[in-house]
Amino acid sequence: MSAPRIAIVDYDLGNVKSMKNALSKVGAHPILTNSRKEILSADALVLPGVGAFSHGMQQLKKHNLIDVIHSFASTNKPFLGVCLGMQMMFDRSNEFGETEGLGLFSGDIKIVGVGPIKQQKLPHVGWNNVCLPDNIKNWKNTIFAEIQGNTDMYFVHSYAAIPLLNTEILATTLYYDHVFCSAIMRGNIYGVQFHPEKSAEPGLLILKSLIDLA
Amino acid sequence: MLKKRVIARIDIKNEFVIKGIHLEGLRKVGNPNDMAKFYYDEGIDEIFFMDAVAAYYDRNSLGGIISKATKSVFVPITVGGGIRTINDIRKALASGADKVAINTQAVRTPEIINKAAKIFGSQCIVASVQAKKIAHDKWGAYIDNGREPAGLDVIQWAIKLEQLGAGEIMVTSIDQEGTKKGYDVALCNLLANSVSLPVIASGGAGSPQDISNLCSNSGVDAVAIASILHYNLSSISAIKSKLHSEGFNIRL
Repeated sequence: MSAPRIAIVDYDLGNVKSMKNALSKVGAHPILTNSRKEILSADALVLPGVGAFSHGMQQLKKHNLIDVIHSFASTNKPFLGVCLGMQMMFDRSNEFGETEGLGLFSGDIKIVGVGPIKQQKLPHVGWNNVCLPDNIKNWKNTIFAEIQGNTDMYFVHSYAAIPLLNTEILATTLYYDHVFCSAIMRGNIYGVQFHPEKSAEPGLLILKSLIDLA
Repeated sequence: MLKKRVIARIDIKNEFVIKGIHLEGLRKVGNPNDMAKFYYDEGIDEIFFMDAVAAYYDRNSLGGIISKATKSVFVPITVGGGIRTINDIRKALASGADKVAINTQAVRTPEIINKAAKIFGSQCIVASVQAKKIAHDKWGAYIDNGREPAGLDVIQWAIKLEQLGAGEIMVTSIDQEGTKKGYDVALCNLLANSVSLPVIASGGAGSPQDISNLCSNSGVDAVAIASILHYNLSSISAIKSKLHSEGFNIRL
């Protein structure tokens, strides 16, 4: 069997080289592309991204990628959004004014844990645990299949998703006294707030599971 | 909970890892890619590559090393030294770095921090500050890898860097750097209390005890270590076990 072809959405944003290297490392054949044909014929899709939500959405529009992303999402092939890529899968964000997202998941993107805690630092940078949420029994048959509960992953962000449906939450993470959604899933569509491509061996296991699902 | 990060700092000159004392008297200690891969396999949380002489010679040459490192090292990589323009940042990120560290150019034209944060996001802009003690509880900022005084108070400068949009601050104590006599704890503590950004402490770690002293007596978010690893004075796992056994949140 030849290596699964994984399309990485190319919209001039963020460090896609690391994602490409990480996917190669776990045996995939990654293709950095914004071609409709290449995306739709891929075995899985990764939407990477760092930076501001509004800028990310602008870039997707500029490269005419909104429609093809929706088309891919409606197949049964695995689709993973990473960091800003996950955030853009939601309805909207209020980072620098309200911006509409892709609407693949219901909910909003808001600043992490605005609350009374004064000592909280933002951005949330570093290694933090991903935990199994109450709504699911285990991570079998998901991209977290090979991961133990409470494994550390590498995060760097100031905003996070507030999903409308708790049932779609795949993992949660504690930052100071605030629990936020660090991974989301519905069917073939996944989003992770952390960077699996920068999370050492456990991160690579997540990418390996993604291609195993392809 | 968020973990305290242990970062391997790899200073490079002419494609060799070098180490000096007070950022001077540089000695070759190894190959940057071999060392980065070894530290990754040993469980390091991040790698920081610094072109030790780039600012001084006005050049920037780590692209090839970074590019190679990102094929085998799957933790965040920061590159610093000689980053002068938005285009330098773009090139560093394109070679696979996740963050860039900027010191000299931020002092010369502080707007570069603001401009870079707007284009690439604060998360990839690490403001690097080199500090030399000038009086009790007072430190002056230096540029050109510790060679030239910037004429700025370190704490005031760090506050300014936060306002400009830096995502993290790395403070290197020139007095302690390479001495293996411990961090400048007073400096790190004051700095961590003065900004709300994550602070990375650098310069002086010679033993796991030095790192635990720093963590016990300051609110730094991350520690950069060099000599202790390069000269095999301790191991990443020994350092992490010690911090963990003392109750710090650490990725094991």
